[in-house]
Amino acid sequence: MLLPRRGTPALDRPRQDWRSRRGNAERTRERPLMLRILWNYRAFILGSIRREFQARHRNSILGSLWMVLNPLFQITVYTVIFSEVMRSRLDGAPGRYAFSIYLCAGVITWGLFADIVTRTTTVFVDNAAILKKLNFPRICLPVIVVGGSLLNFVIMLALFLVFLVVTGNFPGWAVLGLIPVVLVQCAFAAGLGIGLGVINVFFRDVTQFVSILLQFWFWLTPIVYARSILPETVQSSLRWNPMAAVMAVYQDAFLQDRWPQWQALWPTALMALLLCLLAMRLFRRRVGEMVDEL
Amino acid sequence: MTAIRVNGLGKAYRKYENRWSRVREWVFPWAPAAYSQNWVLRDVSFAVGRGEAVAIVGMNGAGKSTLLKLIAGTVVPTSGTVECAGSIAALLELGIGFHPDFTGRQNVIMAGQLLGMSTEEILERMAWIEAFAEIGPYIDQPVRTYSSGMQVRLAFSVATARRPDVLIIDEALSVGDAYFQHKSFARIRELREQSTTLLIVSHDGSSIRSLCDRVVLLDAGRLELEGSPAEVMDFYNAKLAQRQIQTVQRRRLDDGELQTVSGTGEATVENIELLDGQSRPVAHVGVGAEAVLRVDVRIHAPIPRLVLGYIIKDRIGQDIYGTNTHFKELPQEQLQVGERIRYDIRFRMNLGPGSYTVSTALVSTDTHLVNNYQWKDRALVFGVRNLDKISFIGSAWLDPQISVLRDSRPVDAA
Repeated sequence: MLLPRRGTPALDRPRQDWRSRRGNAERTRERPLMLRILWNYRAFILGSIRREFQARHRNSILGSLWMVLNPLFQITVYTVIFSEVMRSRLDGAPGRYAFSIYLCAGVITWGLFADIVTRTTTVFVDNAAILKKLNFPRICLPVIVVGGSLLNFVIMLALFLVFLVVTGNFPGWAVLGLIPVVLVQCAFAAGLGIGLGVINVFFRDVTQFVSILLQFWFWLTPIVYARSILPETVQSSLRWNPMAAVMAVYQDAFLQDRWPQWQALWPTALMALLLCLLAMRLFRRRVGEMVDEL
Repeated sequence: MTAIRVNGLGKAYRKYENRWSRVREWVFPWAPAAYSQNWVLRDVSFAVGRGEAVAIVGMNGAGKSTLLKLIAGTVVPTSGTVECAGSIAALLELGIGFHPDFTGRQNVIMAGQLLGMSTEEILERMAWIEAFAEIGPYIDQPVRTYSSGMQVRLAFSVATARRPDVLIIDEALSVGDAYFQHKSFARIRELREQSTTLLIVSHDGSSIRSLCDRVVLLDAGRLELEGSPAEVMDFYNAKLAQRQIQTVQRRRLDDGELQTVSGTGEATVENIELLDGQSRPVAHVGVGAEAVLRVDVRIHAPIPRLVLGYIIKDRIGQDIYGTNTHFKELPQEQLQVGERIRYDIRFRMNLGPGSYTVSTALVSTDTHLVNNYQWKDRALVFGVRNLDKISFIGSAWLDPQISVLRDSRPVDAA
């Protein structure tokens, strides 16, 4: 070959894969497996998570410290306000830090949930610029969001664990049992968020709705208060709140070293699965139309 | 070999009656549709061979950008199919989807990953991208601090860092400065030699002529004409000139090129020929020789004022010389049906050797935008040969008198 080559021969070789695009109806028939797509684009996904992490606090003086300061102050405020009121009601958990641990267990894990839901809701609208200009598997975008939220969560969790070890409150190996719980929670949040995210492209009211929904949901879940302070009737209605069961599992694990009660989690897991399936159905059906509305 | 095949392609955007119509459609999918479809592209079919360069032209809103987006795959077609062989790099809407808060370098990595490169490969090519974009230390600044020209420089560099099988450019290059335009055209030519297929939208006739093998003309979402740059651009220019246009005809000439004739037809060119100094019809004239362009016009309807204009164009359609009888202060007035007018345009053929065409226009003022009785592209083809002049190159004959002064005295003695 006489032509000067810039790239490696393998890459410059013309590829013979005929990529074909058809109208909406026919499009869905010839789709490769989603996991395969995500694997092919892993460099973009991992790179984006890293870039987003770096860019988030790039122009601030305290940088990534804010990531910790924000929940820290939230927890402090709740402790100051609720600690006195609630201490006696946290049954079976003695110790100076009991209420703070209870709070952290809830606030940090709720933070993961809220973060995923809020950001996947706006992910397609926020990325309109690249959606309109580049052809790539759109499902990468919510995956990046979930990855970024998980990364923040892991950092927060690590700091929390350090705090527990330092104060001599490390609960024990029951913490490991929380890994599948986190995954269920992520699936639940992602299913909900992606579904809302697709709808949000067509009805921008969803963003506003989600912020109100999350506020309500937060206060309707025993996170800053103990379940026991609620009247009996309200307590029993908590089983309709899928997040209440998840939060209880975290709180029990961190405060009492209790392994997750799996039977309490299966409604949430089932709901997570259902939401994910619904979200994917909605996503697949509307993904082509989405760019037209951005 | 085909690189892009577009078949019966159409795109319609939905326009809902009101904001609740869509809710109704989502909640009750079986309910009658409460939207109207606005077709921006319809029934477009064409194929582009591997290594071919095709320009898409058309007025604003003709559907050019939509077509490119459909081919690039960012927009899903409403009807029809697009097939594309191999990797695609696209500069749509003047960019490649840069994130304003990330630095140029981060964006290059991101865009490269989205074009399917591995991180190592991008880093390997980073030096080339930086050198080609020539934006200096800005590469490590957030993209929001860039000028639009700088963004295009970087976007073009990323898109062409690795040879794509198909390169799609939507007017992006018109944003860059002249220096970068030259540089990017050179890069495009280089890629074409390595058989990259090129698809561009441009309004710049001369770059289309110099870069493309073929031009596709879109009008109101439909493919109106497809052909060589010269013939499509002539037709397009005729169309552009008269939006109130009545007829535009095309006729295949003996040399295989298409001729465009348009106009309202009150006056027409009946005959056009080139004569030499002795009034003999000729197909070729010598450089610098006397020549007469004879144009016979016939009047078919009463018109108040008639002006004849003509343009001599070279082989690739560039204007060489043109004027009209308005500038020459010879407009004819109050013309009656059946009148014949003979124009003898006498001039010296001060052109370089080559093939030229003459286009004529019968109009009422100095432009063809007011009344266009007849516009005829390629009304005449003639050749110029260097019969008796000393050798020279170029399209104009600017025979000089050269005087030379030699002075052998040392400078300070003067």
